[in-house]
Formats: sequence, C-alpha cells, structure tokens
Amino acid sequence: MIEWPLWEVFIRSQHGLAHKHVGSLHAPDAEMAIKNARDVYTRRNEGVSIWVVRSADVHASAPSERGPLFEPANDKVYRHPTFFPMPEEVKHL
Amino acid sequence: MYAQMVETGVAKVRDAHEMSPDEQAFQARVDADIKIEPKDEMPDAYRRTLIRQIQQHAHSEIVGMLPEGNWITRAPTLKRKAILMAKVQDEAGHGLYLYSAAETLGVSRDQLIADLHAGKVKYSSIFNYPTLSWADIGAIGWLVDGAAIMNQIPLCRCSYGPYARAMIRICKEESFHQRQGFDIMLTLCRGTPAQKAMAQDALNRWWWPSLMMFGPPDAESVHSAQSARWKIKLLSNDELRQRFVDQTVPQADYLGIAMPDPQLKWNETSGHYDIGPIDWDEFHNVLKGNGPCNRDRMRTRVKAWEDGAWVRDAAVAYAEKQARKAA
Repeated sequence: MIEWPLWEVFIRSQHGLAHKHVGSLHAPDAEMAIKNARDVYTRRNEGVSIWVVRSADVHASAPSERGPLFEPANDKVYRHPTFFPMPEEVKHL
Repeated sequence: MYAQMVETGVAKVRDAHEMSPDEQAFQARVDADIKIEPKDEMPDAYRRTLIRQIQQHAHSEIVGMLPEGNWITRAPTLKRKAILMAKVQDEAGHGLYLYSAAETLGVSRDQLIADLHAGKVKYSSIFNYPTLSWADIGAIGWLVDGAAIMNQIPLCRCSYGPYARAMIRICKEESFHQRQGFDIMLTLCRGTPAQKAMAQDALNRWWWPSLMMFGPPDAESVHSAQSARWKIKLLSNDELRQRFVDQTVPQADYLGIAMPDPQLKWNETSGHYDIGPIDWDEFHNVLKGNGPCNRDRMRTRVKAWEDGAWVRDAAVAYAEKQARKAA
C-alpha cells in the first residue's frame, strides 16, 4: 500500500495577517489536504484561508550554513533605528 | 504519563568529558534553551528516544478515543453527545499533530502505526481500563485529561521544536476536555442519590489508574535522568503526581465525593496531601498487556485500520486518475 504524501499547512488567521505554518498532514491530493487541514488545524475558527504545499517541494536553508548565510547582517547594526542616538529635546523621531 | 517509562538506550548519564565534541555542542545548545529543529544535528540516542516518546504519546491520543467513543451512541442528551464527539475528534487531531512531530525525525506515520499494531510500542496504561457507565466519561475528562495537562504544560518548553509546538496546540484544546469532564461530574453530583453514587463509583475506579499514569517514581531511573538532561522530561513523575493530587483533592471535596484512599490526608508540614501506596504490580501488569482491555483495544484499532484500507486506496486511485487527466 502507498503512503499518502505529506503536505505542509499554512493558515491565515483573521485581521489580514500573513499565512503562517501550523504543521503538516498526509493526504492523497491537494483538495483532500485542504479538507483535512480544515478538520485538523481550524476546529476553533483559527483561520480564514488555508494553503497546502507538498513537503517535498519545500526547499530549506541548511542549519550547518546558518553562520555564513546570515553573516552579512551581523556587522550592519546601523540598520536598526536604535543605532542613532537622538537628542532628548527632539520629538517625533 | 501518555508516554510512560521511555527508554533512552543509555546505560548511564554521561558527563561532559565523556561526550564527543558534537555531543558537547548539542548539550550546550540544550542547556542554553536553544530549540533543536528537525534538520539540526542531534545525537542518535536523542533522536531515537524522542521518536519513542512522541509516538507513544501519539498512540495514546488515538487509542484514547476508544474508551470514550464507546459512549457516543449512548450519551444522555444530544448536547452531551455533540460535546463528546467534538472531544473525541480533538483526540484524533492531537494524535495527528504528534505523528507529524515524530515524522520530522525521519520516520513514516504508516510505520509508526504498523509498530503499534504489531505490539512493538506502547500507549498509556490508562486506556486499558473499561468505561462502564456515563460517569466514567466525566471521570476521564476530569482526571485523565487533568493528569495529561499536568504533564503536557511543562512539555511546551521541551528542547525539540516540533514537539514543543504540538504540545502548545494540544494544551490549548485540552482544558475544554477537563472542564467538560468536571461538568459531567458536577451534574451527576447535584442529581439524584443514584447519580451521585455513579460519580463516586467512577472516581473509585479511575483514581488509582490516573495516579499511575505519571509512571513509577523515577529517582532511580537512568532513562529519566538522561531525558531530563536533554530537556524532553521537565519534571519528575513524583513531582507531577503530587501537583495533580494537590489540585484534584479539593475539586473532589467540592463535588462531595471521596478519593478511594483511606490514607489520604493533608500534611501540614509539607504543605501537600499524602497518599497511600500505589499498586505498581497492577501498573506493570497492565503495561505487559494484561489490563482489562488491552486485547480489545488493539483488536479494535487493527480492525479500524484494515476496514479503512479501501478508502485510503480509493483516495489514492482517484488522485492518480485526476493527475493523469490534468497531464
């Protein structure tokens, strides 16, 4: 017997937030994956929209390359507003 | 608990100087409360122990549907029936969250289910007891789900990311289960003397098995010590059991029913309730497969899986046909 493929499930909650990964499930096709996702992940009105993606189609960065991959951001603290001290008297900045 | 006496495959907990550099680095991450994620490097023993623990937990959710499912057709009102169905459906969902978490460790769900059906892995001892009356549904929600929450809340902080996240989802839903159970008990205890006697009878039968759910005292267990080191066990069995007793005894007092334990009493010095001895022979016997319902539970599970085979196959055939048409 063939095992149903694995799908990753993304749900958008109320108020216009982005779809967020909530977990995974098995289903024979996309239509069933959405129906199953409704039953498994939205039993308490958690969402207004569901995305499902075959797990096999997800490409991920490698944890072992975390250092070099994210290194470019490390020495650019000036990207944060707190880098620039502001005089107390100046407002609305 | 839902995962009881989980083997870690280690003979003793190793000190830092006995570990390889990789293991030391791993332990340092765990000690720093950095979550371990599926693709991160992890020691084989950690991976294997987690697979055992999470799948025992998942199987418990799935087998746990059986004692309650037994009462869906006989619930006393339509409202109670709808609530019980929602609860049992939640248990199926909890099983699925946990199977998904286990699958991130490189095992397939079908294999996990095959292992359960072959009797290679266990589920919680508690689900091998029968549900003889409607009051048992109240007792299960109140006591069994109450004990589960006690165990699962600390697991929301465990070291493995997917397991911790599954636990957070489960804990959010679990308190509905406990409250619906207490609500059944409260209704019975405010009812006729016969109804109250039914509630007392259910408490008599479920109290000790609920305390056994936490597992034997683990002071001596190398597996518990290793799991604690890995932060996949956050509190000891006895600590969790004591918390459960302390929170539950006053609830029984409110219901006006009594724990079946003549030695139960408040200990002014320790600030906790003392309980009588637990019959660990019974616990080990149930784990070995000799509880009142072990064989029946497995038979029912295997039958459900086999009876559903044609549905699973048909769904695959349909998906393949649609894909061919689209091509």
